[in-house]
Amino acid sequence: MARKLLLENVNVPGIQTFEVYRQKGGYRSVEKALSSMSPEDVVDEVKKSGLRGRGGAGFPTGMKWSFLAKPEGKPRYLICNADESEPGTFKDRYLMTHIPHLLIEGMIVSSFALGAKTSYIYVRGEMMPQIRILERAIAEAKNAGFLGKNILGSGYDLELYVQPGGGAYICGEETALIESLEGKRGNPRIKPPFPAISGVWGCPTVVNNVESIAAIVPIILDGGDEYAKIGIGRSTGTKLISASGNVNKPGIYEIELGLPVEEFIYSDEFCGGIANGKRLKAVVAGGSSVPILPANLILKTVEGNARLMSYESLAEGGFQTGSMMGSGGFIAFDEDQCIVRNTWNFSRFYHHESCGQCSPCREGTGWMEKVLHRLEYGHGKMSDMDLLIDVAKKIEGNTICPLGDAAAWPVASAIRHFRDEFEWHVNHPKDAVERNFGLGNYADSLDKLVEAEN
Amino acid sequence: MSDKVKVTIDGITIEVEPGISILNAARQIGGDVVPPAMCYYSKLEGSGGKCRTCLVKVSKGSEKDPRPMPKLVASCRTGVMDGMEVQNITSTEVTEARKGIVEMLLINHPLDCPICDQAGECSLQDLSYEHGLSKTRYEFERRTFDKIDIGDKIQLHMTRCILCYRCVYVADQITNNRVHGILGRGDASEISTYIEKAVDNNFSGNVIDVCPVGALTDRTFRFKNRVWFTKPVDAHRDCPACKGKVTLWYKGEEVLRVTGRKDQFGEVEDFICNTCRFETKKTSNWVIEGPRNIVNTSVIASNHYETLKPLPVIETSQVLIDANKVEFDRATKI
Repeated sequence: MARKLLLENVNVPGIQTFEVYRQKGGYRSVEKALSSMSPEDVVDEVKKSGLRGRGGAGFPTGMKWSFLAKPEGKPRYLICNADESEPGTFKDRYLMTHIPHLLIEGMIVSSFALGAKTSYIYVRGEMMPQIRILERAIAEAKNAGFLGKNILGSGYDLELYVQPGGGAYICGEETALIESLEGKRGNPRIKPPFPAISGVWGCPTVVNNVESIAAIVPIILDGGDEYAKIGIGRSTGTKLISASGNVNKPGIYEIELGLPVEEFIYSDEFCGGIANGKRLKAVVAGGSSVPILPANLILKTVEGNARLMSYESLAEGGFQTGSMMGSGGFIAFDEDQCIVRNTWNFSRFYHHESCGQCSPCREGTGWMEKVLHRLEYGHGKMSDMDLLIDVAKKIEGNTICPLGDAAAWPVASAIRHFRDEFEWHVNHPKDAVERNFGLGNYADSLDKLVEAEN
Repeated sequence: MSDKVKVTIDGITIEVEPGISILNAARQIGGDVVPPAMCYYSKLEGSGGKCRTCLVKVSKGSEKDPRPMPKLVASCRTGVMDGMEVQNITSTEVTEARKGIVEMLLINHPLDCPICDQAGECSLQDLSYEHGLSKTRYEFERRTFDKIDIGDKIQLHMTRCILCYRCVYVADQITNNRVHGILGRGDASEISTYIEKAVDNNFSGNVIDVCPVGALTDRTFRFKNRVWFTKPVDAHRDCPACKGKVTLWYKGEEVLRVTGRKDQFGEVEDFICNTCRFETKKTSNWVIEGPRNIVNTSVIASNHYETLKPLPVIETSQVLIDANKVEFDRATKI
């Protein structure tokens, strides 16, 4: 069994409380960083670790931190993005519910590294229990002298606040989150300027995912080089995967990056295979925003290599035959699931969550949803697939924030890989509302690649 | 005085002040290379970036960093850099994207131009003539809203709105007690009628001028006439609140409406007060300056204000130029 860095003690009774967490070696990274390291040392360790943002984009955290502008006389802020609302992703909620002090510990070290005197944890509004848990944890940490003025006698002051959001998916986008934190409508800002230059209240700001910040703790304790040894290639460390869908054991798994997808689905240590002895049809590998892949492409790349759970391997093949790591929301579909219905459901979500600021996303998401609804209920036309691809293409890349891309990719990829099923919905409208298409040839092994003749 | 920077837009190089946007640089060149702008308004701080019609391709970032920008950028909110190369109408990628955006803007638009007071001076109308398809691919019910009266002078017809946020910025920047004016999310978002209270202000009428479509219209002009039947005349008066420089729109002897003076990009030169706009509609209130010059391409200008615009082939010969001028004088005399 691979070593767990984040969830090692998650099953210890009472780990939510400060005493137990401290007994299990908690807050050692704060002691280490504040007593023996300079902020630059911490940033260097994070850079060495090769940690990549766990929120979805996979941007190297150390590099993000080093971009932070440090003008004189202006405060800097660290914001933890706990507005987790991607369908299929629930790792941050798990982490905050069961081991909140890990996040607090990571926040203290990260704020110290960035020189932030005030930091925020922006939690999605629906997560009221987690907000209470975090507030209790902050109070406990403050009592113990890990927060507030002059932490551990090092002269470093830090105040940590929990800010509940209003429950909008868009507020997980960093600039929309900043707007929302400022008390405004959660509309994404136009970049540049990036938050590292001008973020919350016009001050330099870093926004990091819950898991990224929690991962700072093992990096500081073991050192960045040690952390970089775990994982594969440029995907270092461990990652929390939220497994859901038709698997035997859905839940949160901490995996070492580089684990083969096949092993993740079928091994008893992880998902334990597809539920009810059915066969795998498709997988959304990183939360609803990433392209969906049929079973044959998720287990093996087109080249015939085994696909691994890593940023590079999941993205291998680009958008033609690959997907993305995203935020680690692993959704498996068995042979009895309808991809058209699922695509419609995803686009319904994006239609509902579009902020309405820029026109392609505001109008296009609703349009795609309506066309997909028509297809799903047997009123579709053959031209609808091309229409959807065209609309998706016109949204993608033309919007202010990545929500437009996130709305376009699942639709475009579903049609790219599951066109047979869409066509079946058009040709068999009566069947389409009564039963599902079934597995089709989506799990068949792929033909060897051949060079195209010119 | 800082050094000027060189920008190339569609192969035309121009030297501009550093720090201005690509759109404003293109406007200095003028003509076809100017990207259309539905939401950007140079006089409103923070506007722009929302409608995405002004997207352009930056094929070379700058002299220092010649990498192209990965995505199309909103020209109204992207600053120029020295040596930047921009493609607007010369890039099919841009024109395709723009076509898509116009289509998106129109799918929920009621297309009620025949009964819309804005018709003839509507940016969306111009844009759809230029880039839009003649038929729609959208086969669903369009989103509708109820009409709302904002005070007794302005009407909000939300169904026509393209959510450019210009009126919100007007309200924002002339009063200091409001933060935003949009309710709801996604395609259900609408201009907040709280605007009514927030814009209880002598300058509220300017939301009509900044609206690129017919969502905010002048109730005193409502259904009175089509704009292309009216004659715009520049006039001014001594106004204690604003500069008093306006355009009067005549039909015969009667002033049908008063607006700010709009330039060729549809932006007013100065915001005017409500007294000038709604209360003073007699010729005797004004000092007439002369006919308002309207862009040739505008439907308002048709049959009214021809200007001498010789064809390129004529420009080569002095004889032709003279002959052309005679013809022009004869035509305009009639």
